[in-house]
Amino acid sequence: MIAPTQSQQRPGAGQLFSAIPGAGILLILMLALFTIANPRFVSQTNLVNVGLQASLLLMIALPMTLIILTEGLDLSAGALLGLSGVIVAEALLAGWSVFAACAMAFAISTAFGALNGVLIAYLTLPAFVVTLGTMGLMQGIALVMTNGDPVGGFTPAIETFYRSQLWIFPMPIVVAVALYAALWLLLYRTRLGNYVIAIGGNKDALRLAGIRANLVHLAVYVLGSAIVGLSAVLLIGRTNSAHPTVGIGMEFEAIAAVVLGGTSFEKGQGWLFGAVLGALAITVLRNGLNILSVDSSLQVVCIGILLILALLIDRARKHYSRQAA
Amino acid sequence: MTIPATLDTRSPSLSPDAVALLGRLILIVLIAGALTAVDPGFASVSNLLNMLRQASLLFLVASGLTLVIIGGGLDLSVGSNLTLSACLAAAAIKTTGNPWYGVAVAVTSGTLIGFTNGLMINRLRLPPFLATFGMLWVAQGAAYWFMAGQTIYGMPMSFRYFGTGFFLGVPLPIWITLVVCVVCSIILHRTTFGREAYFMGANQTAALLSGIAVERRRLLLYVLSGLTAGIAALVYLARLNAAEPGIGEPLLLPAIAAVLVGGTSLFGGSGNIVGTVLGAILLTIIVNGLNLLNVAATWHPFVNGAVVLIAILADFIVSRRRSESG
Repeated sequence: MIAPTQSQQRPGAGQLFSAIPGAGILLILMLALFTIANPRFVSQTNLVNVGLQASLLLMIALPMTLIILTEGLDLSAGALLGLSGVIVAEALLAGWSVFAACAMAFAISTAFGALNGVLIAYLTLPAFVVTLGTMGLMQGIALVMTNGDPVGGFTPAIETFYRSQLWIFPMPIVVAVALYAALWLLLYRTRLGNYVIAIGGNKDALRLAGIRANLVHLAVYVLGSAIVGLSAVLLIGRTNSAHPTVGIGMEFEAIAAVVLGGTSFEKGQGWLFGAVLGALAITVLRNGLNILSVDSSLQVVCIGILLILALLIDRARKHYSRQAA
Repeated sequence: MTIPATLDTRSPSLSPDAVALLGRLILIVLIAGALTAVDPGFASVSNLLNMLRQASLLFLVASGLTLVIIGGGLDLSVGSNLTLSACLAAAAIKTTGNPWYGVAVAVTSGTLIGFTNGLMINRLRLPPFLATFGMLWVAQGAAYWFMAGQTIYGMPMSFRYFGTGFFLGVPLPIWITLVVCVVCSIILHRTTFGREAYFMGANQTAALLSGIAVERRRLLLYVLSGLTAGIAALVYLARLNAAEPGIGEPLLLPAIAAVLVGGTSLFGGSGNIVGTVLGAILLTIIVNGLNLLNVAATWHPFVNGAVVLIAILADFIVSRRRSESG
């Protein structure tokens, strides 16, 4: 699949370069580099590990793509992931069934998504400050619920789900692929998907065309938060415990993944598969640096550098494709 | 829409900005009065001075941010800039024993981070919130890596004077706040650069078309924001007497809240630095009051988030009313 902005000419050398997004180039480079540095990197166990780590990041990055396509942003995604995990864990400890606990997390996430959406879509407030404010609310609630301590000792059913397999594929990867398929269909095969892209392009035009643009805009935030809320199951399944601040920072990696994949903050320009490339690039970077035993705090710095590199490559790409055209 | 208050000829007695500031002052007095009614100890001179000292720390972080927001930008990296600058300065003071090396290091690192922010926004055409959000995590990560799980504590007394000392009976951080506030006011209201910052914030395209070197001015705004974060880092370090990588992160929300509560519009082009001083005092009083009412500290992020949301709602209502009447 080719980024939607590309022209349909026969590929020359410059065209070929411009068709591979920056994240793709960096991904290939990193795979080669880490394999040379340590052959253990391409072992089967490690590659499965990369897939597992990327799948959780993808669960946040995919809905984030929809939000960024509307020229928005959700800084509260990481805090919501943490809060939902805490809610599921506390509900399970209180003797609720797994279904009821997840329904509770789903309901609260959806409510927060609606709060974000109403303030951003209907009151036209800037998304980054609204979601920064709701981030504070979520973080606060999670801290108050747990007193700042990790929550563990609930039913192992969630961990069992996390470790289960569908045929030979680990469940988290199956869930992430299913989510990608669902959002791909929504974005590219339904009218609603067209509206989502149109909000970023020109919301006024959409409204004047008789579409309830504000409602679509609100729906993107509600859907995004609902997905993040349910993803908490994968988060707490991994360690069989919930921590109130563990999600903080996840929103940075998700936004970085989306931007790495070539989705822009302007005019609804982007593509869903970019989030997959970006999430894989970030996970490969983290995993490779782990194998080279680079400190995890320094890995965050490396993600920032990777992001800037990808943006520079994409600028060069645009330059090339403009010359070729 | 956002005509500077000095051009407003409708109310010759008091400009809308002055009315807004007065309103915030009254709000502060009312909350302080209520808290004194709950606990008479609140109104003691020592508690008030202590609170003002806390507020001045918050103000220092928010002061450069105010300039950036007036100019139509945003700096989400102020908190982690403070963290990294404080950690580097602490290490410099510990190894050399000379506080002035620490001052030089914090000011340099703060300014460099601001410079990098400006460069990313100008050269890579990144939206300000994205570039500074990336910087937030990069600086934070660098601080954690640099400290490697350690805490540096025990600064020399000559350095701690910046944070804990008194001059003419008033804590030194309050004097520093006064100086920074006056300097920022002069920059905003008495220089061409300040005028241009308001202009850029109100309408960037118009500013560009009328020949203002927008990119250079923007770079300077982010440098100033980084510089004040570096200064704030020094005062924090001197006050806490310790540096660890978690000190700056909880400051971001209160700093943005202080700017917004102070009446600086997030949409750029309006606001002033005195408002941010009052905003910082208001937020500090709220936290102080929560402590007085025995509310657990785990509630603080919630309260800060709520204040930010209420402040942007109020900002939205005020700016809509202004554009409807004007």
